[in-house]
Amino acid sequence: MDTSPATLDVVTATPENATATPQELKERIESAIPGARAEVSGDGHHFNAVVSAPAFAGLSRLAQHRLVYGVFGSEVGGRIHALSIQTTPSE
Amino acid sequence: MTDVNSNPLREEIQKAIQENPVILFMKGTPEQPACGFSARTVAILQSLGKPFAAVNVLPDPRIRQELSELSNWPTIPQLFVDGELVGGCDIVTEMYQSGELQEALGLEGGASEPEPREVAPDQAAPLSIENRL
Repeated sequence: MDTSPATLDVVTATPENATATPQELKERIESAIPGARAEVSGDGHHFNAVVSAPAFAGLSRLAQHRLVYGVFGSEVGGRIHALSIQTTPSE
Repeated sequence: MTDVNSNPLREEIQKAIQENPVILFMKGTPEQPACGFSARTVAILQSLGKPFAAVNVLPDPRIRQELSELSNWPTIPQLFVDGELVGGCDIVTEMYQSGELQEALGLEGGASEPEPREVAPDQAAPLSIENRL
């Protein structure tokens, strides 16, 4: 019998059906992208995010938006029905 | 021998992207967009008078799934020009406003001649491509 101590992989799960809030999206963008500042508005399904971050410097718009979409993975199109993004590099 | 990587739908999407200089994957059709973001993107393209091919992703959820895996872009619409992803509604809107979209479409200076492309839709194909001005 395997008696080695099990490692617990504790994650904070966001319930699939929990309504997303602009505040949640803002916090997740700002914590995932170093130095990012985000202003997010939305109705729980459709959101608009205006994001500035030093990490955007030198990246194409496509790459900048991918960074933001990447914060939410498959939630975009699901729990987060739509996410409009405007990005600007910041100092 | 079976090819585990064989994916007819994905190959068809790739083919459509390669064969159509301007192709929009959208919800609904250019006549009847089923989503505000798709509608806005169609309106921008139509205002520029550039012929474009359109694919409705709604008939089969696998189209969207394969497309997004292929393009590494999670949302619809998606505009491709010359085989490259340009972006979704936000980027297309920004590029239109800055004039970059007109440039990407070869409309700068208005010297380019429109090249309408006829796509013969394969009856069995799950992708229905429409050419719209």
